[in-house]
Amino acid sequence: MMFRSILGAAVASFVASTAFAGTLDDVKAKGYVDCGINTGLVGFAAPDADGEWSGFDVAICQAVAAAVFGDATKVKYKSLTGKTRFTALASGEVDLLSRNTTWTFSRDVDLGFEFVGVNYYDGQGFMVPKELEVGSAKDLGGATVCIQTGTTTELNLADYFRANGMEYEPVPIETNTEAQQKYLSGACDVYTTDASGLAATRASFESPGDHVVLPEIISKEPLGPLVRHGDNQWGDIARWTLNALVTAEELGVTAANADEMAANSTNPEIRRLLGAEGGLGAMLGVSDDFALNAIKVNGNYAEIFDANIGPETAIGLQRGLNALYKDGGILYSPPFR
Amino acid sequence: MSETQTAPPPASAARSHAFVASGDIPPSPPPASEVGPVRWVRENLFSGWVNSILTLLSLLAMYGLLSALVPWLFLNSVWSPDPMSLNGCREVNAHGACLAVINERWLQFVFGFYPAEQYWRPTLAFGLMIVALWPVLFDSAPRPMLWLTAAYPAIGYWLVWGGSVWGPALALAAPAAGYFVWLYGGVLINRIWGEDFGAIMSLVAGGLAMVLWWMFAVVLLDGVISDVLPLGLEPVESSKLGGFLLSMIIGATGIAASLPLGILLALGRQSSLFIVKAICVAFIECMRGVPLITLLFVASTLLNYFLPPGTEFDVILRVCIMVTFFASAYMAEVIRGGLASLPKGQYEAGDAMGLDYWKSMRLIILPQALKVSIPAIVNTFIGLFKDTVLVSQISLFDPLGLLNPIRADAAWNGIVWELYGFVALFFFVFCFGMSRYSMYLERKLKTDHR
Amino acid sequence: MATTSAPPSEPFRLSQLINDTRYRGATIQIVALILLMLTFAWLVDNTIQNLEALGKDFNFSFLWTSAGYDVNQRLIEYDSQSSHARAAMLGILNTLILAVVGCVTATVIGVFVGVLRLSNNWIVSRLMTVFIEVMRNVPVLIWILIVVAVVNESLPTPRSFKGEETGAFVLTNRGAYFPEPLFTNSLGDIDVGGLFLVSNDFLMFVAVLGLSIWGAGKMSEWATKRQNETGVRPQILLPQLALIVLPTAILLFSLGFYLGYAELKGFNFKGGTFVRDSFIGLWIALSLYTGAFIAENVRAGVQAVSRGQSEASAALGVTPGRTMSLVVLPQALRIIIPPLISQYLNLTKNTSLAIAVGYMDATGTLGGITLNQTGREMECLLLLMAFYLVVSLSVSGVLNWYNERVKLKER
Repeated sequence: MMFRSILGAAVASFVASTAFAGTLDDVKAKGYVDCGINTGLVGFAAPDADGEWSGFDVAICQAVAAAVFGDATKVKYKSLTGKTRFTALASGEVDLLSRNTTWTFSRDVDLGFEFVGVNYYDGQGFMVPKELEVGSAKDLGGATVCIQTGTTTELNLADYFRANGMEYEPVPIETNTEAQQKYLSGACDVYTTDASGLAATRASFESPGDHVVLPEIISKEPLGPLVRHGDNQWGDIARWTLNALVTAEELGVTAANADEMAANSTNPEIRRLLGAEGGLGAMLGVSDDFALNAIKVNGNYAEIFDANIGPETAIGLQRGLNALYKDGGILYSPPFR
Repeated sequence: MSETQTAPPPASAARSHAFVASGDIPPSPPPASEVGPVRWVRENLFSGWVNSILTLLSLLAMYGLLSALVPWLFLNSVWSPDPMSLNGCREVNAHGACLAVINERWLQFVFGFYPAEQYWRPTLAFGLMIVALWPVLFDSAPRPMLWLTAAYPAIGYWLVWGGSVWGPALALAAPAAGYFVWLYGGVLINRIWGEDFGAIMSLVAGGLAMVLWWMFAVVLLDGVISDVLPLGLEPVESSKLGGFLLSMIIGATGIAASLPLGILLALGRQSSLFIVKAICVAFIECMRGVPLITLLFVASTLLNYFLPPGTEFDVILRVCIMVTFFASAYMAEVIRGGLASLPKGQYEAGDAMGLDYWKSMRLIILPQALKVSIPAIVNTFIGLFKDTVLVSQISLFDPLGLLNPIRADAAWNGIVWELYGFVALFFFVFCFGMSRYSMYLERKLKTDHR
Repeated sequence: MATTSAPPSEPFRLSQLINDTRYRGATIQIVALILLMLTFAWLVDNTIQNLEALGKDFNFSFLWTSAGYDVNQRLIEYDSQSSHARAAMLGILNTLILAVVGCVTATVIGVFVGVLRLSNNWIVSRLMTVFIEVMRNVPVLIWILIVVAVVNESLPTPRSFKGEETGAFVLTNRGAYFPEPLFTNSLGDIDVGGLFLVSNDFLMFVAVLGLSIWGAGKMSEWATKRQNETGVRPQILLPQLALIVLPTAILLFSLGFYLGYAELKGFNFKGGTFVRDSFIGLWIALSLYTGAFIAENVRAGVQAVSRGQSEASAALGVTPGRTMSLVVLPQALRIIIPPLISQYLNLTKNTSLAIAVGYMDATGTLGGITLNQTGREMECLLLLMAFYLVVSLSVSGVLNWYNERVKLKER
């Protein structure tokens, strides 16, 4: 009896049917966006003591939710490991994966996903304790290297050490916190993951000054949000929400002045972006002011960057490659027209 | 004759000789080495040179352990430093446990990310669970309480996850729907197939109606009634569940569901029906033959492939299903042991009484077999409860999984022992309690006169 | 059909399928079979549909492509260009070696603790009870994490040995280094099927030692025969020892045997036999945890032997030691061994928790990095489960054979 009623109650309430074809319709029907994020990486996605998630990746989820519903709270977060993230997206458990995921050929083509853009241009780096007095990754022959697995990291590492004819001892660890614990205790000489992740990890150390990130970046890691292949409408919404954040920075639209600009701006580019003219949102199947809503949540790209991982935060990442093309970076959004 | 000769001499005779004792001499106390603590120590601790060495080694080990642990945990520990962080702890006392992390995060350890203003719901659900377990665990409870036990799964589910009250209520109404179909549909069916075959078919129809009710009617009616009369709690999504709450949910569901399933599998394995037996054996061996972690991987990555396209199954439910399957295979083996220990005469007696299979199982075989296997059943439960920590490996936030976000926080970065110790202590208290209960039960149910 | 005692044949009614015991069994089985087949068909159909929708197929050709990642503990030849299949093989070997080593130490710990728990030394038996309860009531995953953390946090880093003289054994927080046998006049290695490199020196050693032991056995046989014939047993202990030790010693000497010690070079120690922290952690945690369960089995087994047995043995004047080995243990073993083997199975399955500490067992390679990199979760998990299933079923096969063999013959 107990068993049957548990199952009954559970099945009745858990099983919600969603079809692959129209993600937007499904999302609208259920009333929220299911967004896959990291299990805990400071600055990108981490819960506070109340369990509220925040971070650079989380901001993308919120922006997309705001673009669809006009309400950034209509999003549910699912923490995913490297192992579960792709199946979660493929099976429809999440609608959008925003979990510092590298855009690679095989993921795009073979695994059947669609990367909607790049929200952070990253590359794999190394962090070592200062007292080791290592100045370059070329000096790391024979070292014990802690790797956060489940990403492209272990492949890049194998390639790099092989190409340079060096030996090493890999220590693969599933989660960032476990890996950093091992690194701090001296069980590894080197910790390697994406440079942004290294900075975030280093920032959370008791004495960040005792550790240095080596200058070598051994791989290209364009990190971006992704959706399932074959649903172009949903992919477009995610893509143009991300583009809207970048364009907003370009045009000087911020969370604070967005409403005012939408009402008063005479710049046709801004008016099209914020939905005052052009009817771009309707073409996407969302409201015309989708970009306005998205920007109002956490601000434009620069504001999101500065609030979560920028120089003023503990993580202290510089814009670098992630500056606008005007400012010497490679961030470039196609025009809204 | 001989009795009169050994009788004590008259008192007057005794008095006449000074050297004859006039009364019993009180026994002198045994030598100091043969009484009290000294004797106990000698016999129990230093009875030979091997024992003496073992005793000394044990004392040394205890001293080493306690002298390290007590100051660290009790004397030097820091509960609330000024900045609540590891550094804050170190500033106050670098040689003690930084229990401030427990102090700050213990609510998270209990409830995970459950919304704080709703904490009363899981707490109430836990309290109700104890009330619902009472009639199961102890005889002294009034029998009508079993109704609460039967309804508890739906109530507990509704309290924890929230949402409309109608879903769980309707799910609970399924037996009524089945009964209705059996009673009234049966009349119709009897007309088609005739009295005796119709009786079976209307039972089948009743069962089918229950399943269909769960699968379709609940969702449908829930929507309709909720629109008319919205009554419910604020829904809480599964990703907010964590901590001991999550362990309890997975553990309790697994325990409650694996016992009946295990009994059925064990009976199936004993069955003389070849196909039924083969299915049960294959299921049991496959589940027991693989590690739980691979089953959890299946739950987290593969299960969605096996269901109709687009079905979205909550991950906690998927985990509960897999844990239940895993535990029920073990349960089946345990109960099979109990069944095998019964003498053949018990089965034959059931047959001789003219009882059919289910009656003889229910009235004669199972009560005895279950009683024999109770210690092993509780051990399986303990194993299942301990196994819930494996869900941390598929990124659920059980107590062990919570260590990740806590240690990702800059304030608690680098903290190790306090967190492991706290989680270990929780599991120890629960599992130890369960094993003591099993011993109590074993004593209580012991009816043989050995 | 018609027999003399059978009632006049009635027309067959549908209800007989259920109510008639002649047909009921068949009906239930056929219904069960149909339901089972329908369920399977439904699952397979769903899977095909889902895979199609994702544009995926189901094939194992990825196993032969280059894996691309490195593994630290390699029992067979492997580098990042080797195939996924070889990485899986490597993981399986790592699982098996951990399981075997763990089972051996768990048995030793279990017997030791189980016997001590029955000791009449109050403090020792209490201490063992506490040990057993503490180990058994905390999840093994937590033990593994704790032991690895103890190794990592409390032992010195290799760096701290800089400038120090290190001996034969070095304990660092990355693992332990033992001396390794080396030969100055090595005979080289032979390649077995492209998988293993087996040292010829080792083979020679095993062959010579084996021959010597065989010879010593023959000598004992001869002595026994001689004793039976003449009543006097010739003194053969010294020649036997010489036969075992001398040829091996000569072989080792001529090969130029010496022990290679680990030395600090760069970041890590080089040379010696290296046992990694993750292996040590898993090994200790699994042995202690399983050992606690085995201790309880041993205790139950010994206590189950009726007291009369040892009393009878004592009455016959048998010494306590021999009573244990000749009377109690053989009877206790019958009870101990079946649960012991299922504890071995549990330990083997628990080795899959190695992924939590980064030990590359089968779950770490096949079910871990290979799965992540190729995205073929169905194929990888099926292979992984098949591997564990094969191990478990073969061990249960052994168990059943044993049970059958030692079963009390009842009449």
